[in-house]
Amino acid sequence: MKKLLIAAAYALGLPAILIFLWWLLSLGTTSIFVPKPGELVAEFFETWVGERFFSDVLPSLGRFAVGTGVAIVAGTLLGILIGLSRDLRAFTEPIFEFFRAIPPPVLIPIFGLLIGVDDNMKVVVIAAGAIWPVLLNTIEGVRATDSVQTETSRSYGIHGFSRVRYQVLPSAAPQILAGVRQALPIGIILMVISEMFFSSSGLGFSIIQFQRRFAIPEMWSGILMLGLIGIAVSVIFTFVERRILRWYYGLKDIENAS
Amino acid sequence: MSDTTITRTVAVASARRRRRKFRPRRMLLGAAGVLTFLLIWEIASRTGIVDPTYLPPASVVLVTMVQNAALTGFWVAVGQTLTSWGLGMLLALVLALPLGIVIGLSPFLQKATRTTIEFLRPIPSVGLIPLAVLIFAVPLQQSLLIITYGAFWQIFIQVMYGVADVDTVAMNTARSFGFSWWQRVRDVVFPTMLPFLLTGVRLAAAVALILAVTAELVIGTPGLGNQIALSRNVGLYASTYALVLATGLLGLVINVGVRLLERRLLGWHQSVRGEAIV
Repeated sequence: MKKLLIAAAYALGLPAILIFLWWLLSLGTTSIFVPKPGELVAEFFETWVGERFFSDVLPSLGRFAVGTGVAIVAGTLLGILIGLSRDLRAFTEPIFEFFRAIPPPVLIPIFGLLIGVDDNMKVVVIAAGAIWPVLLNTIEGVRATDSVQTETSRSYGIHGFSRVRYQVLPSAAPQILAGVRQALPIGIILMVISEMFFSSSGLGFSIIQFQRRFAIPEMWSGILMLGLIGIAVSVIFTFVERRILRWYYGLKDIENAS
Repeated sequence: MSDTTITRTVAVASARRRRRKFRPRRMLLGAAGVLTFLLIWEIASRTGIVDPTYLPPASVVLVTMVQNAALTGFWVAVGQTLTSWGLGMLLALVLALPLGIVIGLSPFLQKATRTTIEFLRPIPSVGLIPLAVLIFAVPLQQSLLIITYGAFWQIFIQVMYGVADVDTVAMNTARSFGFSWWQRVRDVVFPTMLPFLLTGVRLAAAVALILAVTAELVIGTPGLGNQIALSRNVGLYASTYALVLATGLLGLVINVGVRLLERRLLGWHQSVRGEAIV
């Protein structure tokens, strides 16, 4: 019980102090830019719970999910294909390095030209930006497959799909997931910016609207919403990663213990 | 191991390294890859598979790019982008390095700050754009807020990991030799942390460039991103593509630059030998 209390004090102590300071500092001032903590929470529920949740938050999340989903699947499949062939790797490497170096947000005006300004464009932008970390990490992970394992599976006559499924994929999984971890924030960033650019719905659009109308507390609550989504995504990812890589973390724990 | 065996091992290893450095087949394949990409682009545009108004042929875009390189305006924009990138990185480093070391060295602070950090870190930097616009009047300051926020976490987290990696025996030795806090940080913590710090700087460099260009696109801070938005709005599509390629090149240059810096500063460290994509 005492341990639990101490843990709670550590977890909540600093946030409580910070919020208290914020409240204290916002007491005296009449600055319209910074709302009081209580105001912000009230505004958060008023703004986002209800109709707006369905008209703005869900569509945004949907685009994010589809875009990053496509990026993860396509990146992994392409990565395995390219990682298994040395020549293909050499063939694609310079092009991929270049594409990765392009800041993904500049793709928004380009895809706006090519595809037009609709939901598809946003999904494509998210996928096109988020694919690179997944793809390059998968290539690297597949390439680093243990050569003794490869020889063994070869001598047992394990080829093609089975080899990918039972040898390559598990051994590359930690690195593929490291790529996915990098891809998620890129996906969120692109979701927000593509909506700030051309859109009539979505989180990014609403936040910009609030700012232009000087609806300051609403704007803050939008930023808070984005933060909460960011945290939720990162928590879900950590949970999924722990599940998929259970064997890997188990192995690491044993190694660390010895 | 006898001396001759060692000599032979070294000889084999250096021969292998020499072979690894020069790989004509790989370079040819890489060049072929680039050419294939450009060819597909050219054909897609020339045959009208994609509307040539919206996707000018690769050759036209490349010519525009060369023409751009002769214009002062282009280089001014590059300079502006690099300035906000560099200032943002510097600010992030100045804030993240001391904070990371102090918090990383104290188990108490580490435990006390964990939830706050875990809460603040995933907030997407671009979400702060409207806030930046409200708080600051000067576009450069608006950009800097966003860039610094994004780059800060990359460096800060790495520094904290690096400080946690410090060998306890080395630390205790330093303590028993009567090293002051500052000396311990300088001579024990800093060398251990340096590889982590540089990884953080590399990640932050990429993030900072993305955010610098984003701020230029969305807020209109002068620079390459703003040029892209402008050229698109007036319908100079070839120029738009050329500028996008230029931002890619800029990204490559920054990437290579940070890698070189890493090699230089970490020549002694084993991580430089086997490099993995992070």
